[in-house]
Amino acid sequence: MIKTYDVVIIGAGGAGLRAAVEIPKEYSCAVISKVFPPRSHTGTAQGGVCAALGNMEEDSWENHAFDTVKGSDYLGDQDAIEVMCQDAVRAIIELEHMGMPFSRNEDGKIAQRKFGGHTKPADPADPYGKRIPVMRSCYSADRTGHVMLQTLFENCIKNQVNFFSEYFVTQLLVENGVCNGVVAIDISTGEIHTFHARAVVFATGGYGRAFQITSNAHVGTGDGTSLVYKVGLPLEDMEFFQFHPTGLWRLGILVSEAARGEGGILKNKDGERFMQRYAPTVMDLAPRDMVSRAIITEIREGRGIRGSDGTDYVLLDVSHLGKKVIDEKLPEITGFARTYLGVEPTKEPIPIQPTAHYAMGGIPTDIDGRVLANEKGDIIKGFYAAGECACVSVHGGNRLGTNSLLDIIVFGRRSGKAVTEYLKTAEFTPLSGDAEEQTKKQIEFIKTGTGNENVTKIRTELQVMMMNKCGVFRNEKELNEGIEELKQLKERYKNISIQDKGNIFNTDLMEAIELGNLLDSAEATIYSAADRKESRGAHTREDHPKRDDENWMKHTFITKDNGSDPKITYKPVVVTRYKPMERKY
Amino acid sequence: MDLSVKILRYNPEKDSKPYFQEYKVPGVSEDWRLLDVLHEIKWKIDGTLTFRRSCAHGICGSDGMRVNGKNRLACSILLKDLNYKKTITIEPLPAMPIIKDLVVDMTSFFQKYEVIKPYLITKTPPPPDSERLQSNEDAEKLFESAKCILCACCTTSCPSTWTNDNYIGPAALLKTYRFVFDTRDEAPDERLDIIDNPDGVWRCHTIFNCIETCPKEINITWHISQLKTRLASREF
Repeated sequence: MIKTYDVVIIGAGGAGLRAAVEIPKEYSCAVISKVFPPRSHTGTAQGGVCAALGNMEEDSWENHAFDTVKGSDYLGDQDAIEVMCQDAVRAIIELEHMGMPFSRNEDGKIAQRKFGGHTKPADPADPYGKRIPVMRSCYSADRTGHVMLQTLFENCIKNQVNFFSEYFVTQLLVENGVCNGVVAIDISTGEIHTFHARAVVFATGGYGRAFQITSNAHVGTGDGTSLVYKVGLPLEDMEFFQFHPTGLWRLGILVSEAARGEGGILKNKDGERFMQRYAPTVMDLAPRDMVSRAIITEIREGRGIRGSDGTDYVLLDVSHLGKKVIDEKLPEITGFARTYLGVEPTKEPIPIQPTAHYAMGGIPTDIDGRVLANEKGDIIKGFYAAGECACVSVHGGNRLGTNSLLDIIVFGRRSGKAVTEYLKTAEFTPLSGDAEEQTKKQIEFIKTGTGNENVTKIRTELQVMMMNKCGVFRNEKELNEGIEELKQLKERYKNISIQDKGNIFNTDLMEAIELGNLLDSAEATIYSAADRKESRGAHTREDHPKRDDENWMKHTFITKDNGSDPKITYKPVVVTRYKPMERKY
Repeated sequence: MDLSVKILRYNPEKDSKPYFQEYKVPGVSEDWRLLDVLHEIKWKIDGTLTFRRSCAHGICGSDGMRVNGKNRLACSILLKDLNYKKTITIEPLPAMPIIKDLVVDMTSFFQKYEVIKPYLITKTPPPPDSERLQSNEDAEKLFESAKCILCACCTTSCPSTWTNDNYIGPAALLKTYRFVFDTRDEAPDERLDIIDNPDGVWRCHTIFNCIETCPKEINITWHISQLKTRLASREF
């Protein structure tokens, strides 16, 4: 069945919904999502969204940009970072105008608090000297992502956006450098639909489910990332995957950096505030890559605490903040500790461990969301990407906390604007032959498979492998072992079979397709990680422990090469005003 | 530890009506989420078992279902909080058409949500370069209602919903509160008109099922009572 729209947006998280709000009424627009929009993963973001509003103390967008560049370990493209940080103030005000409920300060303005890696100069006369934490994160208790997602969904309802909820996109249609639609399965009936469009926006989120311990929802299977990779387009900087330092032990559920922003402290088994040894100035508010490495180092050196299942954790202590602060500012995350670990955070510390959290890499785009066809900067006409699935790159080697919510509203909007501009002149290009054939074959292959391989088993082995061989610390030997394991898992995937052969709401089938997508994202990640022989941001090579600006101030572009190892090329980092410096906090 | 679970199954492609199927799940532990049990069944015992889930920690609102007669989120309830030594009974949310197994048709739930105009309505233009001012006290009055994750546990637990398809239900009323009591909103009367009828706010008979079932522990009935008070004191 063919449906025709001027633009289709895939994904109904913050980036997709913000793009949808931007499309003028005269153009038909469909938002396709594999879950109902308010179920999207944006809703789990907790701590805040940064903008130099200066509501609590003096601040500037240049401070924010410098922090983001430094936080990215100088891999972020500085022109894009400047665009984002400069636009941040307007973007937050706009959300408030849309109705987002924020916590407020004494003047009734949007309240702000400290967050990891967000600083300002201790002495304004010495802008690149010693820096101290600054209150920059705008928040709504610890449910910032939730209310942001709700607000954007509400504005889409106001604008009467067409939603196709519980439709699962299985194919990206690109021909001769032009994108003209997608193919999707209506999950509730199993029917296949082609969405013929003049423009397509991918806002499909991340792929944390490639790792064993993750903060990501079960839907975070990198579907968009994989569809792009499958059609032979490149992915950028896939080796940079962020581990959030404070996931609930065993479960990986996010405990926001806001806990430390409000004054929470990390402790090892001796009760020592160990971050003072790793980041003497900002301590517990160092960026995530540094804190995650510090925690793993503490555990490796025997200063972690051994849990009942034989795995190790350290402690996040918020008990000294008092019940009032905890109940008012951190209610959700302390509730998780109570519910899932039986820990009372007002009285005792919370067991935590690093958790796979965020893909800095993804579908390469320019600052208007246009998807790049190659490292030279050619674009695919009519194809846009925004949010976690995209790589602009504003996060470079390591994303600062709060900058993901900012990324989705700034670049979701910019993509929407760029699409609108494109639609003024772009025409529909004809669909080729039976566009749905590949999806039909894929479903047929999975449903009729009689092999003895099992989706759950392959997925679990993939997640364990990625955690152990491509996690916080990496080295050549383990990465190569991981690549070999991955090749075997991909072979085994060809022999899967599933139990549910039906059409209606077949989640058995969906999980099998999602596993295929995870394998692609993992492949791009581990090959890119094996290629980059330096340590930068979240990519830490034990065998190449130093950052190497001479050879590696460049983005990795990885492209699938059927039958052999993926191909890697590079694109130089855009440097405007911030020269690489040593990254100390 | 072995667990016994009884799940209401229904596949319209095969079954003429829903039926219970019992599963024995070995190797569970009392600190498991009920969602972990469902995954254990789906991933190791019966791949045809169908349910929705996503975030697995009570924020996305996907996995509302009826557990031992009470609406819960499967990811927010641990075995130790259930009487797990006896068979646990799991059914789809009540009063909604079943699509398959534990997956229900949410169409009417979202339609009712849309009816109350769930978005900020303003007539006065906002200040061009800054936020509208609002005291933190006024902002916090909205926070409890803004916690709602639209899981439908409340609306489908309400006897007034069971007996009247047209009743707008507690979730939509809670959302009405969230905007009517927002000091920035300039259309409270428009929304109050929508709920001021026998299928609106007055169908709430303060049965309190919604409060008991809400996984976010929102005092929904209190919020509805504020709407009633506001309506009763409205001057025309």
